[in-house]
Amino acid sequence: MSKRLACLIVLCFALLYSGCAGTPEDPNTLTVWHWMTDRHDVLVQLAEQYKAQTGITVDFQLFAPSDIYSQKVIAAAQAHILPDIFGILDKKSVFADFIKGGFVANLKPYFEENGREWENSFFEKALEGNRFSANNAYGVAEGIYAAPLDVMNIQMVYNKKLLEKAGVVSPPKTFDEFLRAAEALNKIGITPFVSGWAELWLLDCFASNYAFNIMGIDKIMATYRGEVLYTDPDWVKVFEIFSVMAQKNILASGIVTKSNKFAEQDFALERAAFAFNGSWCVNVYHGMNPDLDYGVMLPPKISDGHPLMIWGGAGGSLVVNETSPRKEKAVAFLKWLTAQDQQAVLSEATRNLPSNRNALADLPKELADFGQAMDVVTHQTVWPIEEDAVVKEKFTKGLQSIIIGERTPQEVAREVQEIKKRQMERAIRRAQ
Amino acid sequence: MPKINLKHRSWYEVKDRLSSFLFILPAATIFAVFYVYPFFETFNLSLRDWNGIGPAKLFVGFRNFSDILSLMASQQPADLTWWQSVIYWLKSLAAGTLSLNYDEVWWRSVWHASYITLVALTFQNALAFMLAMACDREIRGKHFYRAVFFIPPVLSEVVVGLIWKWILEGGVQNGQHYGLLNHCLDAIGLHHLVNDWLSDPKTALTCIAVVHSWKGFGWGFLMFLAGLQTIDRELYEAAKVDGAGAWRTFWNITVPMMLPVIIVVVILTILGSMQAFVLILSMTDGGPGYHTEVPVTRILAAMMRTKEFGYACAMGVTFGAILIALSAALKKMENRIKRI
Repeated sequence: MSKRLACLIVLCFALLYSGCAGTPEDPNTLTVWHWMTDRHDVLVQLAEQYKAQTGITVDFQLFAPSDIYSQKVIAAAQAHILPDIFGILDKKSVFADFIKGGFVANLKPYFEENGREWENSFFEKALEGNRFSANNAYGVAEGIYAAPLDVMNIQMVYNKKLLEKAGVVSPPKTFDEFLRAAEALNKIGITPFVSGWAELWLLDCFASNYAFNIMGIDKIMATYRGEVLYTDPDWVKVFEIFSVMAQKNILASGIVTKSNKFAEQDFALERAAFAFNGSWCVNVYHGMNPDLDYGVMLPPKISDGHPLMIWGGAGGSLVVNETSPRKEKAVAFLKWLTAQDQQAVLSEATRNLPSNRNALADLPKELADFGQAMDVVTHQTVWPIEEDAVVKEKFTKGLQSIIIGERTPQEVAREVQEIKKRQMERAIRRAQ
Repeated sequence: MPKINLKHRSWYEVKDRLSSFLFILPAATIFAVFYVYPFFETFNLSLRDWNGIGPAKLFVGFRNFSDILSLMASQQPADLTWWQSVIYWLKSLAAGTLSLNYDEVWWRSVWHASYITLVALTFQNALAFMLAMACDREIRGKHFYRAVFFIPPVLSEVVVGLIWKWILEGGVQNGQHYGLLNHCLDAIGLHHLVNDWLSDPKTALTCIAVVHSWKGFGWGFLMFLAGLQTIDRELYEAAKVDGAGAWRTFWNITVPMMLPVIIVVVILTILGSMQAFVLILSMTDGGPGYHTEVPVTRILAAMMRTKEFGYACAMGVTFGAILIALSAALKKMENRIKRI
């Protein structure tokens, strides 16, 4: 009896141990973790092609939605079980933490091989966010740490049929024209504008477009450093944009609790005339309503003082695990995946802008329009400094409060500044 | 008489004890690995400043907890020690400027969870009790009702959230409300009640609480029904013979006999409702503003959005302590009621 019991216990521990152990180390199998639901099928198809060519199996594992994916990657980093190739969906400081933690390989030597052949195949803006220059503020060694699969930018789209119905001849170029167009749309019972502003990053993105336009990048960075207050008249002007949009009934009902998926559905089903969305929407709208007739436009500028910048850069980027025993094979696969032929396949199948500049042929018109604005894109990953995440949250939640009429722009400006001050004091306290 | 071999006997005793320990070893190991270790690790992290990724986990003592629990007066200098802070707070209190909680949003989120719990304790459990009483009687199709009432709890919270989001949608297309509730209100002439339910700060949290109750009443229903079926029918018959009315029978027989079940349902409702968050993520994501934030969404935001793992762990420990205190108070109350 006791022998049997001992055997049973040993078996339990053996099973427990084998369950905790990692996957078998197959030198010819690469594992890729990603979040790109729309690209999964074509990536699997390309992996089969790669296996036929090289004999190396690439196992694409999808974890969606993106916030769940982010959590998984962070948890895997904590447990040191990251796959050979993965993506980091976060701001640059988090990316830098992954690098400093020894989880991400520096791809610079590979990009520079053969007279920078691989580096030169990309759009410059596509690599910008993945690059760390010498003596950067994050304390990361100079290098390029990820390969972009595609590029994206976030602009406004408009429904041609609805605008025509409201008598709006051409898409608005200035904010005043936009207000007039919205008024005309409201008169005939059409919701002027929709976006997924329950998602704070999208709301922040719209606000920062106008912050760039009103005060320029230097003043924004000075605010992040704590040298300019959020109660500055220029920042109040940014907050007031949302107040005006809410008061003039421009925003779709429930916009502050609407996720971008629902907002995309609203625009695709012609419930709203304008939407604020990224270039990935071309694929989404095509899936929801192939007959949708729409155009792409830059957000209408409100000031001539500074250029209006939009968010953009690398769409999905993949990094190579520094500790992977198959590091060289992983890099070789990324080079193959971002080569012209594979990029053309990806772009055609998923209607995303390719990151390889040689693969731009035969894009749908809307996508080509998105592509034309790549010169005016910026992203927090290329800024020299980032705003504290707690302040950012207060900022965007404050914008929601303005939209629902709970706070005035001045009140929100004061509250955000109070949090900014508190966070700076907290940083000092913690540093002591 | 045969002589007892003492040496042999003690070896048997040891062996017997050892095998007893071996029996509980797998369960004890699993408990230690998945419960005890995470608890101590969470507490350990709550004493550190960590972004959740890098190797640096700076020990900050109880600063995370003091950030959650302490008050902070506006204009408070940054370089005060804790006792200087206390004096400063007292002075600020006297001057009427002590108003700002350090993490006011966290405490608001605790209040939001308490509100949801309050609605669940009253509306959800009253509904569950009434329906259980109805199904306990000999009514036609009672088995069908039992099955139907248990459907909401077995549905995915995300699915329930998205369906209710569609029902409570406030949008209009071609003059028609495409949210089901608003469409119905409009159709029956109650246009003045049409609202943007989830984006209105006055109604958002109540909507979440009602949907949470709708989703959860099936568990209570099942437990109440099981409890009601254990009550001896002869007690009701005796009460009827004695001339007791329905109300008196309910108060003097049903309620006392159901008390242990009611207490269990109350404890489970409190623990479940205080920790509700999937429904909130799928319906409002904590918005508009901070109006539907609950402790778990704040912990998640600190971990994933602002990358303050140490602070998030401190919030988790604080929230855990609140729940343990609540459960202990309820347990004490249960014992007291049992004695009565």
